[in-house]
Amino acid sequence: MGISVEGANKSFGDFQALDDVSIEVPDGSLTALLGPSGSGKSTLLRAIAGLETLDGGRVLIDGEDVSKKPTQKREVGFVFQHYAAFKHMTVYENVGFGLKIRKWDKAKISDRVHELLRLVQLDGLAGRYPSQLSGGQRQRMALARALAVEPQVLLLDEPFGALDAKVRKDLRTWLRHLHDEMHVTTIFVTHDQEEAMDVAGQLVVMNEGRVEQSGTADDLYEHPANEFVMSFVGEVNRLGDDFVRPHDMEVVLDPDDRTQEGLVQRIVTLGFEVRVELVLSDGTEVWAQLTRNELQRLELREGQIAYLRPIQAKSFNGSSSSDSQGASTPSGSQDGGDAGLPAAV
Amino acid sequence: MSSASARSHVGSGAVSRWSLRILGLGFLALLLAAPLVIIFTETFKDGISPPLDAITSENGLHALKLSLLMVAIAVPLNTIFGVVCAILLVRHKWKGNAVIDAVINLPFALSPIVIGLALYLLYSTNGGWFGPTLAEAGIEVLFSVPGMVLASIFVSLPFVVRETVPVLQEIGTEQEQAASTLGANGWQTFWRITLPSIRWGVAYGVVLTTARVLGEFGAVTIVSGSISGETETLPIFVQKQFDAFNEPGAYGASLLLALLALMTLLAMNLLKRKEDA
Repeated sequence: MGISVEGANKSFGDFQALDDVSIEVPDGSLTALLGPSGSGKSTLLRAIAGLETLDGGRVLIDGEDVSKKPTQKREVGFVFQHYAAFKHMTVYENVGFGLKIRKWDKAKISDRVHELLRLVQLDGLAGRYPSQLSGGQRQRMALARALAVEPQVLLLDEPFGALDAKVRKDLRTWLRHLHDEMHVTTIFVTHDQEEAMDVAGQLVVMNEGRVEQSGTADDLYEHPANEFVMSFVGEVNRLGDDFVRPHDMEVVLDPDDRTQEGLVQRIVTLGFEVRVELVLSDGTEVWAQLTRNELQRLELREGQIAYLRPIQAKSFNGSSSSDSQGASTPSGSQDGGDAGLPAAV
Repeated sequence: MSSASARSHVGSGAVSRWSLRILGLGFLALLLAAPLVIIFTETFKDGISPPLDAITSENGLHALKLSLLMVAIAVPLNTIFGVVCAILLVRHKWKGNAVIDAVINLPFALSPIVIGLALYLLYSTNGGWFGPTLAEAGIEVLFSVPGMVLASIFVSLPFVVRETVPVLQEIGTEQEQAASTLGANGWQTFWRITLPSIRWGVAYGVVLTTARVLGEFGAVTIVSGSISGETETLPIFVQKQFDAFNEPGAYGASLLLALLALMTLLAMNLLKRKEDA
């Protein structure tokens, strides 16, 4: 069931949470709403579920306008960041809740609940109370509860936000597999771009209540529509008007007319990846991502002078964006000439 | 040396802890336990029959029944009102909430005797606001059960609200929202999610309400007219026995009141333990 939102507006007092937001989520897709806190992504998700009422605009599920439908009739599965487990019910009762509301008979409920508990690997814990589960188990229970009623769409609001890094990684892999098996149209909200790219096929980047860009992870990474998307989807350095990914920064020891001089401030080794932090003569702090081998070849030390050469840079002038490959350096060509170092010869 | 100093530190901690305990227990013993103990011993000073006779006398039994009737009417009404009111206060924010919040505390702030007088003035057949109209319709409020019920409701009104509001705030709305996404309507959500989540707050409120209704004297005395065998509740019965120098009877009825309150508390604890097990 495809979901579309058309011209959604929502304010909380003076704060405009959604500003004319329109999105299109194809049937069976796994889409991430990505953005910083306060960007409106959770409000949008909650509006799709009917947990927030829009001030303007429409929500369509499978082509039907559900804007006036109360939550309980929208047939959405919703998973909350803090699980929203029914504390006075066992795992079994939690998962079976929606079925009981739908007046299924006991034997059918039992079959369905146990099937789902197997799916989320919680069989054997059916009699426990939520307080006796770990965070990851509680979230899987919440997921089973949402899936039990075979919702048209599955909505997840920062589902892994309250979990520690390891559990988080396991769960998102697991969610991807689950989606591959079930093909239920899924939207999940996250502020973690890595998580969004890892799990989702399609991403919608939001900021200040608006959609900045939507597309596949590759689209957004390779062709960001603006500065915000470029800096939110992946790391970025700013050199004057140009934006350069840290892995597109070449570090060399010999200057030429395309390099900028920088002082190596810190070298951080993160396994195979090495992070070299430099400060340029105008005080701009940048970092380059190198491999361990590159670092060893260069024999870089903290406190020494090195030269930076952007391999690929991007600049956003007005509404259009331009790619510049290899050639452009901001140095010298900028107005005032103080944006970069004059290339040392 | 460090262990020695640590030990002396622990020692002084234990000393101060024990002196605090003794102080606290002593305070409780003097102010709460001693009066209860003396009621107990005084009641049975001349054996079990004088207090038993007083309680099982016609007036005594009637007073007991009347007190239980007050509980049976006032407690359910105040429980329903309290839960509804708490939900309104916590879940539906509007400007009138501050006023409601303040007004609900009024029965705590006002002396029961003032409440009694206010009701008396309101329902007096002789110039009260509602009294003459109700009298024409054949409804007698003052010096009969309706007035006493009103007084009991008034004085015990805030307990369920006050005990439920913080619990409602603490549980938040996420569980209710989750229930609605699972297809539950408002009524189903209330019965299956909200009420079970706040039940201990409500239960505690019910216990306090019951105890208050059982023990209420001031307001009820004024509106009841204290007619023996007709509008006499247990506390009024106690006072009358005391005035008539029938001390064993007064103490016996007092003890009965205390036992009823204790049973309410025990009932809640038993329920809670069964729940936790």
